[in-house]
Amino acid sequence: MTDAAKVSSGMRGAVPGISVMRTNLGRARGLGASRSGTGHWWAERLTSVALVPLMLWFLFAALHLAGLPRATVAHWATNTLNTSLLFAFVIVIFYHMQLGLQVVIDDYIHSGRTRLAALLVMRGVVGLVGLMAAVSILKLAFIG
Amino acid sequence: MTDAREAIMVGRATDGRIVRRPLSPHLQAYKWTPSMAGSILHRVSGVALSAGALMLACWLVAAATSDVAYDGVSSFLRSPFGVLLLLGWVAALWYHFCAGLRHLFWDAGLGFDKAVTNRNTTLIYLATAVLTLLTWIVLFAQL
Repeated sequence: MTDAAKVSSGMRGAVPGISVMRTNLGRARGLGASRSGTGHWWAERLTSVALVPLMLWFLFAALHLAGLPRATVAHWATNTLNTSLLFAFVIVIFYHMQLGLQVVIDDYIHSGRTRLAALLVMRGVVGLVGLMAAVSILKLAFIG
Repeated sequence: MTDAREAIMVGRATDGRIVRRPLSPHLQAYKWTPSMAGSILHRVSGVALSAGALMLACWLVAAATSDVAYDGVSSFLRSPFGVLLLLGWVAALWYHFCAGLRHLFWDAGLGFDKAVTNRNTTLIYLATAVLTLLTWIVLFAQL
């Protein structure tokens, strides 16, 4: 536990010789067990709320496109509304996926170094693949 | 066979040495309940859907590349293994969707009662089964 965390969890008396001049609000902001406050939790909720309509839309679209040739799919993707929804869907889904996989890694990998390495690799892969999917959508929309 | 209470008396000292000390009980000590199975399944389906998202990316990249690449991905998804994956992803999707909706209700402070939670877990399984079956039917009609 860091000194800052000790102080913020009310164990001030247990750390002799440390005087903290920050306000209570300043200490509470951005702290918590992961030292990042409620940002992760909130982002997970926001993305899941966004995914309710986006997922339903995508499922209908995917079922509509299943089995059709590439040219038809490309034509469908040039529609501005379809491009935008598909782009939003991919961005939100990869962000949500990163948040979820982070929790799984945090729960099961206890060693600090291994966990950091796993998180970096996971974020790298999710980020790159998500970016490739997003770029592909733009290619489909602008080049066909 | 080790007694269950004895099996959880395995702790570790700060230097990593194994010491005999009571640990807080883990999964093996609890009776399975619908809500517990549902929570684990939510995580499992989320991880499965991550693999599905990679497939989605493959599909988009192939569509933006060439007819040959797109036909390659399409024929993989129509192969028996590909169809099996799609069916699994559809089931994981509907489960994660329904259980995720309940998470949002929980976040709003609704449905925290234990009996209610166990009951609507069964309801989520039922909804998942119906929605999955419907999607499969439409999918097979399309393929």
